[in-house]
Amino acid sequence: MSNTISLQEAAIYQEHDAPHVEHQHHETFITKYVFSQDHKMIAKQFLITGMIWAVIGGLFSVLFRLQLGYPESTFPWLEDLLGHWAKGGKIQPEFYYALVTMHGTILVFFVLTAGLSGTFANFLIPLQIGARDMASPLLNMLSYWFFFLASIIMFSSLFVQTGPASGGWTIYPPLSALGDASSGSKIGMDLWLTSMAMFIVSSLLGGLNYISTILNLRTKGMSMTRMPLTIWALFFTAVLGVLSFPVLLSGAILLLFDRNLGTSFFLSDIVVNGKILPNEGGSAILFQHLFWFLGHPEVYIILLPAMGMSSEIISVNSRKPIFGYMAMVGSLFAIAILAFLVWAHHMFVTGLNPFLGSFFVLLTLLIAVPSAIKVFNWLTTLWRANIRFTPAMLFAIGFVSFFISGGLTGIFLGNSALDIHLHDTYFVVAHFHIVMGVASFFGMFAGVYHWFPKMYGRYLNNTLAFIHFWVTIIGAYLIFWPMHYEGLAGMPRRYYDFSGWESFKMFAGLNQFISVISMIVFAAQIIFIFNFIYSIFKGRRVTTTNPWGANTLEWTTPIRPGHGNWVGEIPEVHRGAYDYGKDGREFIPQTEPVGENESHH
Amino acid sequence: MTQILLIAIVVMIFIVIFQIAKASEYVSVLKGEEKARKQNNKINAFLLISFLILGLIGVWWCNDMFYPKTLFPMGAASEMGEKIDLMLYITIGVTGVVFVITQVLLFWFSFKYQEKDNQKAFYFPHNTKLELLWTTVPAIFLTVLVVFGLKYWFKMTSDAPKDAVVVEVTGHQFGWEFRYPGADNILGKKNYKLTKGANSLGVDFNDPASLDDIHVAATMHIPVNRPIKFVINAQDVIHDVGLPHFRMKMDAVPGIPTTLWFTPLYTTEEMKIRSGNPNFVYEISCDQICGKGHFSMRGVIIVESEADYKMWLASQKPEYYTIFPDKAPKSTSIDSASTKQTPLATVIATSK
Ligand code: HEM
Ligand SMILES: [Cu+2]
Ligand SMILES: [Cu+2]
Repeated sequence: MSNTISLQEAAIYQEHDAPHVEHQHHETFITKYVFSQDHKMIAKQFLITGMIWAVIGGLFSVLFRLQLGYPESTFPWLEDLLGHWAKGGKIQPEFYYALVTMHGTILVFFVLTAGLSGTFANFLIPLQIGARDMASPLLNMLSYWFFFLASIIMFSSLFVQTGPASGGWTIYPPLSALGDASSGSKIGMDLWLTSMAMFIVSSLLGGLNYISTILNLRTKGMSMTRMPLTIWALFFTAVLGVLSFPVLLSGAILLLFDRNLGTSFFLSDIVVNGKILPNEGGSAILFQHLFWFLGHPEVYIILLPAMGMSSEIISVNSRKPIFGYMAMVGSLFAIAILAFLVWAHHMFVTGLNPFLGSFFVLLTLLIAVPSAIKVFNWLTTLWRANIRFTPAMLFAIGFVSFFISGGLTGIFLGNSALDIHLHDTYFVVAHFHIVMGVASFFGMFAGVYHWFPKMYGRYLNNTLAFIHFWVTIIGAYLIFWPMHYEGLAGMPRRYYDFSGWESFKMFAGLNQFISVISMIVFAAQIIFIFNFIYSIFKGRRVTTTNPWGANTLEWTTPIRPGHGNWVGEIPEVHRGAYDYGKDGREFIPQTEPVGENESHH
Repeated sequence: MTQILLIAIVVMIFIVIFQIAKASEYVSVLKGEEKARKQNNKINAFLLISFLILGLIGVWWCNDMFYPKTLFPMGAASEMGEKIDLMLYITIGVTGVVFVITQVLLFWFSFKYQEKDNQKAFYFPHNTKLELLWTTVPAIFLTVLVVFGLKYWFKMTSDAPKDAVVVEVTGHQFGWEFRYPGADNILGKKNYKLTKGANSLGVDFNDPASLDDIHVAATMHIPVNRPIKFVINAQDVIHDVGLPHFRMKMDAVPGIPTTLWFTPLYTTEEMKIRSGNPNFVYEISCDQICGKGHFSMRGVIIVESEADYKMWLASQKPEYYTIFPDKAPKSTSIDSASTKQTPLATVIATSK
């Protein structure tokens, strides 16, 4: 394409390729597996750390579901396991709230942000745009290690005497600001905030790297409009993160000040435990603005990579171009812009000015339009396709199903008049678990199943994969679908026990059912983890460079690419990523020049 | 013992699944991987269409089972709530149709266009007309929903009618306090710094308007068919006044008072009949996580006839007299209270 790109590419080429052969001999265990600067290894580090966190976060949900399903029972082994947090074999309320808070924090930030975009942005960006590595491999490595530091701090907060943060993943002050109001708001909260600060540094380092890599290091011929949709999605994800995470950082720092330095940013007129606090003039609602200015983009930071990967996987396995490539890019762009303009839809009942609120209603429901475009484009991609149900494809189809189900309930919640009734009930729990939690997990699983052969040179076991898929999709719907009814009955979220409530206690049987299913679904994830670890060492070997018959560049690298990805020159790109089924040919890789007689569209 | 047994069973199940998985991999190698793949493809395609059919039946069945437990059958208990329910129904209708169409297409296409030996994928990269169609149609539906929604939203959040019964609601860890303005219909001033001992709300008794104010905890009485206005506060952390039967909700924020208003349509007694539940009560649930007792932060509202409400109100003693019993008039007449005034500062100073 342009000169600048080929120049940069030449620079990279010189830097990495010539000395590359020697390099491999010098690599020690430490530089190869621990302080690695190879984007592929860093991706694996993010993925495996994310998986460990997912098991911890998932286990927490099983524990608190135990309480919700069996509020009357005691489990003596819990006391053996957790000590005073489960006195008499019953999870204590303080600990219940700590579990809920940590579950949310871990899954939202550590698993579905770091584990998802950390993994796939690192792995796919250089491979799919044709670069030898990230723009700055060093900062990339630091990004992982800041995440690791954040993980250590968050993990250590689980063991402090007063317990980890327990005010919900949204940590609204004053609850999170006052140690007197909740034991989780003592040292546990400081650790939470410090950990998140490290986490934000990690995602900024990562995000800036992803953006500059995509903008600058594309191989010859890889114009922006020829990029696979995964790359577009990861690009917008990074932009969202870079622009919104600093705002959360500012909120976190102000909250640290309020907690430790006596400032009053979020505090005013408070009497807690009989103590009259001197703070006046602060606004507790200000924090919510700061939080959701990140918090809403954050949910799309979680979703967009899943959208991008599902688009790619659906197209490859349908043997058909993704329908409406430009519309897919455009709707990603629209979603990214709108994601910054809707945050107050989380605050309709805070006493928000109703006139202001009406703009947020309008903009929120506007997001449904690009979302609808994407859904119809996926459906049209499947129409008259020739579909191969690889495990990745099944998960991508599941992703679309959950995205539809959860997106539609967003239309209820975005309408402020309805949200007044539904806010902070199980309807919201159902909404965001389906659209963000489950859908993004499905996108992530799709990605892992699809690119595992590229990561490790082996396949995952298909039978285990099919069991994993079917148990998870059925289980996830069984868990979250009935929750809409609880929400329509006004049943509040974050309750430890409903048995004292005339209005909500009729759902005891349903709560028990949900708890049982959640344990089964958790067990199915253990099957996946087992499959993952087992297949790294013992899986069927990949014997061809392009096992799925895909067009994108990562499949032009050797089966187990070394640092630098391509052995010789980086291939040149001549076409978009989605020429499947064109002119009677099953697929045409991006590296193939456009033929003389090739049809245009 | 049962624990060990349970663990053993789970481990056994895992081992069996794993053995099956490994065996099936060998079988597929023996049979030819391509052939095994095609077989799996057929199985999964069949499972997808079965999932759709069973799923839709499941949706129906779930609705049958849980619809009666929602608030719809007994209906909304406030005027605005009835409109909200109508809107909910419309939204369920619109999204329900979209849900069924898109899910059916998703799984049906997946089944119908599963890989077949003699089938080729149709090269269909884009079509501007179709794309415009599914940009505009959702946009139109959403506009309708927004217009309806905002109409009600502005109505709900408008100022309460002048004749509304005013009740001040204060949340704290972990309970609700209610204050009525008394005969003068004005709530006395408060200052959180005055919160001490029996004066748990920090009422400023230097303000004459506060002398006839009535303070009750946990249970509130309100009259039916009259607009009710809540003035909402919190003392320590954010709470939320959740009124599911009235379809209302508003945060209680320390330092920033909020309001909401609604008109109850049925008394508690009438709701017992409507809901078919002889134990029915209107409950206030705290809907914003507020600490370890969040789940037990319960309030009760008794909606009663105007006459019953008046009688109840007359039987309540102003807070001023419960805090300073010596100031209470010997006669039971409440009216005379408003003529008395005591500088509170001195009282507090002496009580220290
Ligand atoms: C059609 C598009 C969507 C609309 C109109 C929408 C609307 C809303 C609204 C209004 C709320 C606030 C509900 C409340 O707290 O009362 C909400 C909550 C939430 N939404 Fe969505 N949403 C949409 C799609 C999504 C997507 C795609 C994601 C994530 C990938 C998502 C994730 C969340 C999360 C995490 C929450 C709850 C956060 C919390 O309170 O803990 N939503 N949504
Ligand atoms: Cu949002
Ligand atoms: Cu509360």
